[in-house]
Amino acid sequence: MALDSKVPAGAIADKWTKHKGEIPLVSPANKRLLDIIVVGTGLAGSSAAASLAEMGYNVKAFCFQDSPRRAHSIAAQGGINAAKNYQNDGDSVYRLFYDTIKGGDYRSREGNVHRLAEVSRNIIDQCVAQGVPFARDYGGLLDNRSFGGVQVSRTFYAKGQTGQQLLLGAYSALNRQIAKGRVKMYARHEMQELVVVDGKARGIIAKNLVTGEFERHSAHAVLLCTGGYGNVFFLSTNAMGSNVTAAWKAHRKGAYMANPCFTQIHPTCIPVSGENQSKLTLMSESLRNDGRIWVPAKKEDAEAIRAGKLHPNDIAEADRDYYLERRYPAFGNLVPRDVASRAAKERCDAGYGVNKTGEAVYLDFAAAIMRFGEEEVHVKGLKNPSTAEIKALGEKVVESKYGNLFQMYEKITASNPYKEPMMIYPAVHYTMGGLWVDYNLMTTIPGCFALGEANFSDHGANRLGASALMQGLADGYFVAPYTVGEFLSTDIRSGKIPTDSPEFEAAEQAVRERTEKFINNNGTKSVDFFHKRLGKIMWNEVGMARSEKGLKQAIADIQALREEFYADVRVLGSANGMNPELDKAGRVADLIELGELMAKDALERNESCGGHFREEYQSPEGEALRDDENFAFVSAWEFTGVPAEAQLHKEELTFENVELKTRSYK
Amino acid sequence: MDLTLKIWRQNGPQEKGEMKTYPISGVEEDMSFLEMLDFLNDKLINEGIEPVVFDHDCREGICGMCSLFINGEAHGPGRKVTTCQLHMREFKSGDTIYIEPFRAKAFPIIKDLMVDRSAFDRIQRAGGYISVNTSGNTIDANAIPVPKENADKAFDAATCIGCGACVATCKNSSAMLFASAKISQFSLLPQGQPEAKERVLNMVHQMDLEGFGNCTNTGACEVECPKGISLENIARMNRDYLFASLSSNK
Amino acid sequence: MATTSKGLFGSSLARKYWMAISGLFLCTFLVGHLLGNLQLFVSGEEGKLAFNEYGHFMTTFPVVKILSWVTYGAIFLHTVDGIMLALQNRAARPEGYVKEKQSANASWASRKMALLGTLTLFFIVVHMKSFWYEMHYGELGLDANGNKDLWSLTVKAFEQWWYAAFYVIAITGLAFHLSHGAQSAFQTLGINHPKYTPIIKMTMTAFAWLIPAGFVAVAVFLYVVQPGQNL
Repeated sequence: MALDSKVPAGAIADKWTKHKGEIPLVSPANKRLLDIIVVGTGLAGSSAAASLAEMGYNVKAFCFQDSPRRAHSIAAQGGINAAKNYQNDGDSVYRLFYDTIKGGDYRSREGNVHRLAEVSRNIIDQCVAQGVPFARDYGGLLDNRSFGGVQVSRTFYAKGQTGQQLLLGAYSALNRQIAKGRVKMYARHEMQELVVVDGKARGIIAKNLVTGEFERHSAHAVLLCTGGYGNVFFLSTNAMGSNVTAAWKAHRKGAYMANPCFTQIHPTCIPVSGENQSKLTLMSESLRNDGRIWVPAKKEDAEAIRAGKLHPNDIAEADRDYYLERRYPAFGNLVPRDVASRAAKERCDAGYGVNKTGEAVYLDFAAAIMRFGEEEVHVKGLKNPSTAEIKALGEKVVESKYGNLFQMYEKITASNPYKEPMMIYPAVHYTMGGLWVDYNLMTTIPGCFALGEANFSDHGANRLGASALMQGLADGYFVAPYTVGEFLSTDIRSGKIPTDSPEFEAAEQAVRERTEKFINNNGTKSVDFFHKRLGKIMWNEVGMARSEKGLKQAIADIQALREEFYADVRVLGSANGMNPELDKAGRVADLIELGELMAKDALERNESCGGHFREEYQSPEGEALRDDENFAFVSAWEFTGVPAEAQLHKEELTFENVELKTRSYK
Repeated sequence: MDLTLKIWRQNGPQEKGEMKTYPISGVEEDMSFLEMLDFLNDKLINEGIEPVVFDHDCREGICGMCSLFINGEAHGPGRKVTTCQLHMREFKSGDTIYIEPFRAKAFPIIKDLMVDRSAFDRIQRAGGYISVNTSGNTIDANAIPVPKENADKAFDAATCIGCGACVATCKNSSAMLFASAKISQFSLLPQGQPEAKERVLNMVHQMDLEGFGNCTNTGACEVECPKGISLENIARMNRDYLFASLSSNK
Repeated sequence: MATTSKGLFGSSLARKYWMAISGLFLCTFLVGHLLGNLQLFVSGEEGKLAFNEYGHFMTTFPVVKILSWVTYGAIFLHTVDGIMLALQNRAARPEGYVKEKQSANASWASRKMALLGTLTLFFIVVHMKSFWYEMHYGELGLDANGNKDLWSLTVKAFEQWWYAAFYVIAITGLAFHLSHGAQSAFQTLGINHPKYTPIIKMTMTAFAWLIPAGFVAVAVFLYVVQPGQNL
């Protein structure tokens, strides 16, 4: 099947307006006859469900958590971008569009990205109207901060809890529709299968996690807002329950998976501390506004630190290597995430790592504390303050800016970041890849849409900070509610979709069989045992640096792991009733298949771009070498039975409004 | 570390539960409390015993899914932390740790340590929102300045993660800290004013219907709240409700 | 036991308002009562006559009579409302914890308000039997001015060690009850402000301990001095 992105013709700035004006409308009377299923209640899901219900559609929303408010969007810390130009620093829709395309290393679709930049402004207006308490300045107007990869301040924030506040805003909009009976909410329900009837997505099989029952739900369209698949690495900043099952089931039923290997490794996470660790915690990128990243310049110092014989505070300024400032003087510590992550890995691989395992670098606030302290001294008009006094004043300022993050760090590591530098290391954070969608956010299965992190469309090979929240809400509030109309307007005569069709029957049967297989498997190893092994393979071979040899090995290893998993996994308890181990087994089974496809995708992409770094394709200085001639396309994979044998379809990317350039932050 | 865990096991909502004892060794200080339970579960699975069921998701203290009443306190002995942020270095080798589900009539047990907190969602649905439809042309975000102090206070109230520690801790199983946090957030913002009266009346009414207890101002909720939500919010709710009752036309 | 009505009657918040309002009213009653009691520091015939005069005034002056009926009403409301709240609160947690560390997060008094209130109610019943009932319906002698001799009844009661001891214990219980209740009433009525709450808390804490201290001082004085023996 040829991929048609359906991006409207015309000037980039007019595409969306024109398209919106031309989408066939569904009359209010007909909207009442149309059912829509929304899977997932994060930013994209909650906002889409609420908006569609407001428009008059019948919406059913599903989430596996005990409440829609708990979706993992809630954990986003830093902020949300919008081209408001409130700071009068030269920001514009075009600049946000340009930054996003460039930050994504020219692997995203121009039309989608420009639309994202356009609606970014509406998001802020909408959220403020909903009562989202963004940070404000003393005049009562909205405050902004700066994020990696850009030179303007366009990030709106609510301390280090922006995702929480935005999600609770969307959740409140959703609640309003639930209260009105316009949305029927199914919490503690997980989608197990997509039902396709006559080539169209017509419903899902959902599992009631509390009772273990399988339920058939039909609809005229299915929206997958199920987030990313970072948990394929086992250790990531994702929530424990985040999974790929919904997207993967759609993939198996005909939806193409696009750019699955584009994974964002976030540079500032708390390093791994032990074998029993279940999750990695992010330290917001906003810390790089004021923190300076360094490692010892001398190897022997790094070794002494690792052995516990030397304290970082005792290393003289001259013996420190602020490697980001050294390598990228223009952007310094605020280079994009992929660049910062690779630079950290490069230093640690070279033997300059600073924790026991040698996989950590310092994020140091000492300079910022002194700088803020001196400002305060000036403001307060103090005479001859001692260093300790300046420090104390500076610490107060840092606390007001990053207090909750510092506290979180101290809780986890038992080390005080005001007194000694933080230790950080890159960790899996976000997946730019996802289900392939056209301009209407529809996958290759008609009637099946993908929103937010679950689709691939806006971030190319690397996402800029504070853009995930923007995309989730853009898709949910302002894009999908309009674009579903194009598909649904042809469906107004279909009537209620029956759930007793052979397609529903077969889908439910498949789910039942899989569940019984796990329960009766009588294996010897826990689900986590396999998940951790998958994670190790993925991190080592499909992580920050990838090679042909390693990827081939990874594919073989994952295939072997999959066989072992099905033969030897042990799931106790029964299928009737709450059984988290059973649910986890289903998720890990899908992650294993996905891992194989990611390795395959990474292997086929013979270039380095954004978060995808192939060791074979780098400059002598270790910078990524992109190959626009041969790889300026989206890889969209069609499932054929074995992930590694998926069929590749290419969507060529054309850049008419930005010039393809080598990304430089030097 | 070697520990003795006393854990509430209950097979289903209607079944009878009991405390069961599990000795465990090899626990490391750097483990979070939930990682310690993962570790236990892995051991139980290897022994053919059904693992302990508990709610958890983000494991970074923000989703509000983890619960657990540990050694007599919601989210354990730490302050301003959720169970997932509690680390084993807070305990010593040889300790006995009691692990129980959050208890309230409005939070029925689903299994073991997992409870049903959907009552909280129903309270929110009764009015925890501002009635604004999605629209590309609401007024500009900066059209109405909000005094920084109010914006900050609204934010502080809005940081509630809905975990239910306040209910679990309160000797009366009262949900007032939770309900008042949402009511306060909107009460402090100009956007929340048009529906303020209806909101407080309806949300309190729903809270009562769910069977939560009353506030007797012991202040325990504020102490145990992982986000430090202030009792000031309860006072604000009390005030708003009083004025709303007196001035409402209904 | 769920509360099902809205507004100022029946909702959980309304019950709390009535508790707070009746409680605060009873606090003002305590002040009045104490002022009367302080006259007992004046011994001898002079004190006796003055005290009985005061007793006569308190039982006959119309405004005071109305106030006393409001007081009975407040006690009744505070009691009934308190019992309903306590029952509701108990019903909100049918199965308790195996291990609970309440001392970690709340003061003893705040957790024992129902118990302290019950003790106080019991005291009120005994106290009213001892004095109020006798004054109204008992057969008291008359003093030189022809007023009922409440003074002698009172001082004699406190000359007995067990009565004085019971009184002191009950008033101490009341003090704990007040130590939480008096300031908490403001919170219930929605009065919480970063600037004024510390002042309210300090004032009401002082109130909670000083007023009972006054009552106890009178009781101790009567027991130690035994003014009834000298007449």
